[in-house]
Amino acid sequence: MKLNLRRLPEYLVIWVPLLLAAGQIVTFALWTTWISFTSATLMPSGDWVGLKNYTNVLATRNWKIAFDNLLIFGFGFVVLTALTGLFLAILLDQRIRGENVLRSIFLYPLALSFVVTGTAWSWLLNPGMGVQKLVNDLGWTGFRFDWLVDRDMAIWTIVIAGIWQSSGFAMALFLAGLRSVEPDLVKAAQIDGAGPFRLYTRVILPSLWPIVIAVMVILIQTAIRTFDLVRALTGGGPGIATQLPALVVYDFMFQRGQLGRGSAAAVLMLLTLAAVLLPYGIWKYVQRRRAANA
Amino acid sequence: MASGNMSNAGVPPMRDRSWGRVAVYVVVWALAVGYLVPFGVVLLNSFRTAEEIAQTSMIGWPTNWVFGNYTAAWATYCIAQTCSGIQPYMWNSALVTVPATILSTLLGAVAGYSISLWRFRGDAWIFGLVTMGVFLPEQMRLIPWTIVLRDLGMTNTIAGLVMIHTIQGLSFTTLFCRNYYVAIPVDLMKAARIDGAGFFRIFWRIVLPLSPPILIVTVIWQFTHIWNEFLYGVTFTTGQQQPVTAALIALSASVADVPQHGIQSAAVVVAALPTLLVYLFGGRYFVRGLTAGAVK
Repeated sequence: MKLNLRRLPEYLVIWVPLLLAAGQIVTFALWTTWISFTSATLMPSGDWVGLKNYTNVLATRNWKIAFDNLLIFGFGFVVLTALTGLFLAILLDQRIRGENVLRSIFLYPLALSFVVTGTAWSWLLNPGMGVQKLVNDLGWTGFRFDWLVDRDMAIWTIVIAGIWQSSGFAMALFLAGLRSVEPDLVKAAQIDGAGPFRLYTRVILPSLWPIVIAVMVILIQTAIRTFDLVRALTGGGPGIATQLPALVVYDFMFQRGQLGRGSAAAVLMLLTLAAVLLPYGIWKYVQRRRAANA
Repeated sequence: MASGNMSNAGVPPMRDRSWGRVAVYVVVWALAVGYLVPFGVVLLNSFRTAEEIAQTSMIGWPTNWVFGNYTAAWATYCIAQTCSGIQPYMWNSALVTVPATILSTLLGAVAGYSISLWRFRGDAWIFGLVTMGVFLPEQMRLIPWTIVLRDLGMTNTIAGLVMIHTIQGLSFTTLFCRNYYVAIPVDLMKAARIDGAGFFRIFWRIVLPLSPPILIVTVIWQFTHIWNEFLYGVTFTTGQQQPVTAALIALSASVADVPQHGIQSAAVVVAALPTLLVYLFGGRYFVRGLTAGAVK
């Protein structure tokens, strides 16, 4: 007992922060899940209603549009950001002068918030004062670039801003990957007479794919959680054309005071995320197991 | 980071002036200019008058440079009926970001140390749970935090945001530090324990002196994320208590009689400045944080 008391500060320092962090995550996740099964509206209390909130949310036009948008945005953002990042990384890998300066330029958007990113792009893409206005003033009066106010195309403005913000991140990881390809492998291919194109497609890129997957998973995560960028760039509009699940959750919870439905939408977001992360986690685990056994 | 220092020291000077190399340079610099444009446009507009912007477009070189946009944006411009500029919101952001960054980094360092070097029963489990916080969407925590803040009487306070960012930041900081500390040799620990050093002494004498690289990475990561955070700021605070990201959204939503894009641009630049400076001066560590965060 005496020993335990003397070690009390140690126990406190070890356990208090860890229990706060872990406890918060577990209880909050369970709490929100519990609310999603109740009839809670303005206050987080209500009767058990089973899956009613879920069927309700899934039936709203808001959620359907948001989920369709998530598919378009997620696909466009993830694929194009990864491709842009890969392209930039390959360019920078060509023994370029001023590589450090260039790398800093491609990465700086990542230091900016999505709010700043969205605001800057909302001005550039606004047809009345951005790129379209500039080109019109230069003499090409018929030029149209009005995706921001076009219901069908507005979601792509978010893709564009997202690529600009995040492709530097993909570039940094890909560049690190390119630099860690076995030099012997490259030399052997060169001796075999492989040109630069074949060298990339046959030797270097195939060894890069674990990084490609890691980058994609992180980008998918970003896509599913996207909120600020939409708020700053389109505000969800025109109309509700650029709604995303994160905005729907917020709308249910704090605009309409429907905590039950908002929680159900949040759980649906979590499930979407889990659908991506769980297979990835299992794959990572199997890989690690294999590496350990080899 | 932006300052010179060519990393490819061993690369021979460019003699190969083939068209292919010229093309690479043209493409890469064209892209670089493209990446500079969106923020560059905002920066230039912050020195242009509202009339000039209205007459031409958002994209243009200032014909006569004005600096009044900055004083107006900082101290007098009206955001949601309060004409105090973004100054109070910048202070709010600083008062949230600095304490939360320091606290979460310190606690994360101790937690990472106790998990990686001071093994105890259940350490793997608790580490797994803590790192799950990296993935759990904010939307799953909004209502619980609202209730906790209300019960603690911390609704709409800076202290509330500090608490939230500290506790949630622990997921990242513990992960970063733990992954760094596992590389410390176990023999070093054993020797210290045989010498009779305890938990705190080992942390203070052995672990902390080895920690500057990971602490810098963690501080930069936390600072950038908390400063740039919007959702919690806009959910848990209102009016004069909001961080600057929320104020920027309110600012661009407030419809003036005459659009004040010069002043709004200046406000955006000021709000972006702290994280941009951190990036410019700590770029190396910034990138390291990205890769550390990615290899989860």
